Amino acid sequence: MLTRRIIACLDVSAGRVVKGVQFVDLIDAGDPAELAMRHAAGGADEIVFLDITATHEKRALLLDAVRRAADQIFIPLTVGGGIRSLDDAMLVFDAGADKVSVNSAALSRPELITEIGSRFGGQAVVVAIDGRRNTGTPESAEVYVSGGRIATGLGVLEWARQAEARGAGEILLTSMDSDGTRNGFDCELTAAVSATVQIPVIASGGAGNVQHFADVFTRGSADAALAASIFHFGISDARAMKEELAAFGLPMRLPC
Amino acid sequence: MSTGKTVVIDYQTGNLNSACKSLRVVGADLLVTQRPEDLKTAARIVLPGVGHFASTERLMTSGIGDAVLERVAEGVPFLGICVGLQWLFAGSTEAPEAPGMGVFSEVCERFPTGIKSPHVGWNSLELVQESRLLRDLPKSPYVYFTHSYRAPVINTTAATTNYGGAFSSVIEKDNWMAVQFHPEKSGSVGLKILKNFMQVSGC
Repeated sequence: MLTRRIIACLDVSAGRVVKGVQFVDLIDAGDPAELAMRHAAGGADEIVFLDITATHEKRALLLDAVRRAADQIFIPLTVGGGIRSLDDAMLVFDAGADKVSVNSAALSRPELITEIGSRFGGQAVVVAIDGRRNTGTPESAEVYVSGGRIATGLGVLEWARQAEARGAGEILLTSMDSDGTRNGFDCELTAAVSATVQIPVIASGGAGNVQHFADVFTRGSADAALAASIFHFGISDARAMKEELAAFGLPMRLPC
Repeated sequence: MSTGKTVVIDYQTGNLNSACKSLRVVGADLLVTQRPEDLKTAARIVLPGVGHFASTERLMTSGIGDAVLERVAEGVPFLGICVGLQWLFAGSTEAPEAPGMGVFSEVCERFPTGIKSPHVGWNSLELVQESRLLRDLPKSPYVYFTHSYRAPVINTTAATTNYGGAFSSVIEKDNWMAVQFHPEKSGSVGLKILKNFMQVSGC
C-alpha cells in the first residue's frame, strides 16, 4: 500500500541550516549534509533543502551542501529556493538533487515547469504554492509571493490546475494562514487542492503536534506532509512520529 | 565481490547521478556510455531511467538495443530501472510509435483514472516467486516509486505492487532483471537490491 510521506525540510542560508526540523534528539543547526543524513537515518521519507537566501554569491555553498548530502543519502532529495531558470535547475540536478521545487519564477514564467519537466521528467518538478485565504473559503484562497507578503491575484486552485497542466509532478502547498501558528495544517485548503489535481499534494504550514499530521492525511487528503520546526512535540525523530501515525491507522513506511 | 565493468547506459534523459552513486556504493566499477561498442567489455549492464518512454527510441536508433540483446544472450546480467523496465516490453501507450525491446510481449499502460498519477512515494513489494534481486530482504519491503505508466503482471513477475490494482514491480527472466521503482532512492533496501544484482552471475 502506498504510504503517506513525512518530509524533513531544512532551511539553508549561505550553506548552513538556519531553521529546520527540530526533534528532541536532533538539535538543529549547522551542516545541511550532516543533518540530512541524520534525518534519513531517523526515518524521514524524503529531504527538502530550501535555500532562503539564494543569492548568486551564496549559491556555490548550497550546491556544495547538496553534493555532499547526495553522496550520503539514498532517499529523495528536493532542492528549492532561487530556481529561476532551466540552468539553475541543471546545476542543482548536477549536484545530485532528485527534484527541484519552483515557486515565484514559475508564477512569472509558467513555461519553466515544462522546460525542466521535458529535460528531467515531470516527476522532478515540484511546484511550491504559498496560499492565503484569511477567513474565506478554500476556493477564495489566493497565491502569495515574497514569503506571503505580496498577493498575486491568482487563485490557489487555479494555479494548482495550471501547474499540473504544465507538467508538474507534485504540489507543495504552504498555508500562509497556518504557517507558524502550530494550530494545525489548513486541512480544508489542502483537501480542496488535492481534489482539484490528480498529482500528489504535500502539505506544509501549521503543524503543532502529531494529531495535526493525522488530520492533514485524513481530512486534508494530503499525500505527504512537510515537517518543519516541531521541537516542542517531544518526539525523538521521524520514526517515532511515523509509529504514532501508524497507530492512528495511517500507512507509513515502517520499519524505516 | 563481483569484478569487471558495470556499464550504465546514458540515453541523455533525466538524471543518472543517483543511480551511479548508489552503484558505486555497492562496489560497482562504472562505465557510463552512449556507445554500443562499449557494451563489449560489460560484465553487467544497467539501464536507469526517468522520463518519457519516447526517449528510449534513441536506444534503438543508436544500436544500443541490439548490443544489449547480444550481450545478454551471451550471459551478461542486465538491470532495467523504471523506464528501463518498461523498455523490455513490446511498448507503452505513453509512446505508441516507439517500439520496446519485446523481451516481454505485453504493453505498458497508464494508471487507471480515479487514482492519483504519478504514483509517487514508498510502496511495498509483494514477492510472487523466488527473486535473486530481493534475496535476504524483509517481507514486503518498502521502496520509492515515481511513475505514471506501469507494466502488467506476467509469468516472470517476481514481485508485484498494488496501486489501482497489481502491477509488476520486479521482473526476472534469466539474465533480464528489472525494477519499476528506484533502488537508488530506496534507502538501505534499495542498496541491498543493487548489491544483490552485483552478485548475480549470468547464465
